[in-house]
Amino acid sequence: MAKYGRNAHAVAALVRDAEVHRDVYVDPEVFELEMEHLFPNSWVYVGHASQLAKPGDFITANIGRQPVLASRHSDGSIHVFYNRCPHKGVKIASEPCGNTGKFFRCPYHAWSFKTDGSLLAIPLKKGYEGTGFGDTQANGGLSKVRNVVIYRDFIFARLSDNGVSFEDYFGESLSTIDNMVDRSPEGKLAVVATPIRYMHTCNWKMLVENQTDTCHPMVAHESSAGTAVKVWKREQGCSTETPMAVQLYGPFMSPYEFYEQSGIRIWPNGHGHTGVANSIHSNYSDIPGYLDQMVAAHGETRVHEILGEVRHNTVYFPNIMVKGAVQILRNFIPIAVDRTLVESWVYRLVGAPDKLYERALMYNRFINAPTSIVGHDDLEMYERAQEGLKSNGNQWVNLRRLYESNEEQNVTAVINGTSERQMRNQFHAWAKFMTMDMDKHIEAAE
Amino acid sequence: MITEKTIADLIYREAEFLDTMQWQAWLDLFHPEGRYWMPLEWQQQDPVLQPSLMYEDLLLLKVRVERLAGERTFSQKPKSRCHHLLQAPRIVTCDPAAGVFKARTSYIYTETRGDMLERYSGWASHEFVEVGDALKIKLKRVDLVNFDAPFGNIQLFM
Repeated sequence: MAKYGRNAHAVAALVRDAEVHRDVYVDPEVFELEMEHLFPNSWVYVGHASQLAKPGDFITANIGRQPVLASRHSDGSIHVFYNRCPHKGVKIASEPCGNTGKFFRCPYHAWSFKTDGSLLAIPLKKGYEGTGFGDTQANGGLSKVRNVVIYRDFIFARLSDNGVSFEDYFGESLSTIDNMVDRSPEGKLAVVATPIRYMHTCNWKMLVENQTDTCHPMVAHESSAGTAVKVWKREQGCSTETPMAVQLYGPFMSPYEFYEQSGIRIWPNGHGHTGVANSIHSNYSDIPGYLDQMVAAHGETRVHEILGEVRHNTVYFPNIMVKGAVQILRNFIPIAVDRTLVESWVYRLVGAPDKLYERALMYNRFINAPTSIVGHDDLEMYERAQEGLKSNGNQWVNLRRLYESNEEQNVTAVINGTSERQMRNQFHAWAKFMTMDMDKHIEAAE
Repeated sequence: MITEKTIADLIYREAEFLDTMQWQAWLDLFHPEGRYWMPLEWQQQDPVLQPSLMYEDLLLLKVRVERLAGERTFSQKPKSRCHHLLQAPRIVTCDPAAGVFKARTSYIYTETRGDMLERYSGWASHEFVEVGDALKIKLKRVDLVNFDAPFGNIQLFM
């Protein structure tokens, strides 16, 4: 039964000031509308320019459910296309990454395209003479995603022709990406390995919300981080140095007061981050040699600014989270209303000591892998929520923690770190980007 | 005297400990410097500067074992169980003089929890060291055939 399609009022009514209706997590129709409206209207992360180092390099990704392909052209430019042959729709590239040489060639009928997407050749081309082929979309080659912005090597795309500009969409939130890049002595990041992939049987938004949920770690992760701290206390003997592993797990057990004072910052359009004053990443050991490299590169004052900013999780609406201090990006890729693929990428700080990369990789497998005990704790909660929300006893999810009745929407603010305001901020943006073009679709259909 | 049969018997015993959830007995098979490694890349060489699913020392393995029994370990309510179906181990090296003992075992691993059942295929590569007159695990490496696929929770030991 269609309740929400072509009904912007019904969709907007799913989000109240401090509650959301459970249908945003469990209703397949709402999920379809997210694929049709929310993801195309948003700026979505496609990949990193270091994955496209040489001409002919390509990567594939999905925006919502639509397959896209990004390539490095011979003139050095980066292009994003819809990943389908203009002939019969066959995906041009099926691997996550590779090098296609000078051109893409469809494996079905050998139509070929330059790496800027333009049509290069079709076998038996004369069969199209006088057919009007020149006037078709196919003659233009691979359909291009027109709105692409590469910000400090991060490739973002918006599928909709109209919408909010990249600058207005992200605004000051880009400071987290800036901070991560600035942590390299050469001001450069590199993807040098595949991500850790982890399938979640829950709605993608549960994962996004959890990134700024600071009232769950000391509860849900007592089993993992709490046990790690306990076992270390018992086994440490006369060790004076806390191992890297325990340094990574331990802070998850910080008390409520820690998260309260560390703060949350929200930005317009659903972005926000935890860890304003400090964070669970603040007290890691120094890596020998790194500080000297940074001072040489950036100067003493600037280095203290860069390394003094230790944000915890930054949510870039709709579906990525960036951790500058440990150089990780998590991509929450929606597969179905109750199925989400999480790809967790680690960036190498170019020019920095190996030990920093080792720590980032360790953090990633401790927290973001299907073999991660912290991940097990979280997924169990998401799965239980996905089941529990089918209950009709209460159809609303409560996001009222530290809500103020005159709370402004779409603003920049720094607040108590245990507030659920960033979740409210995300859902405000969710309603905005879901409904912004719904009326136009209705007009077009009429 | 360590023989090829000693190695094979130890690999069977390890699987039995895991399948019967004798976690402490399983941990006791490891050398204090032992490691459990699940690579994330094909023929991966480096567990530290290449991404892995797991690369854990005895401290971290103890954390996992202790967590499985924790009162607030909700992802173990209900508890997981596992089953190892092993092919006969292939002894790669059995050299008591040099103290080098290596084997590779092809197997199918099943992990269940509640109504869910997941099945994995791969190879275990064991490296042992001789301590006293017994062998201890120096490295257990698990290479899944589809190491690059997105799995759900893997909570026990392969």
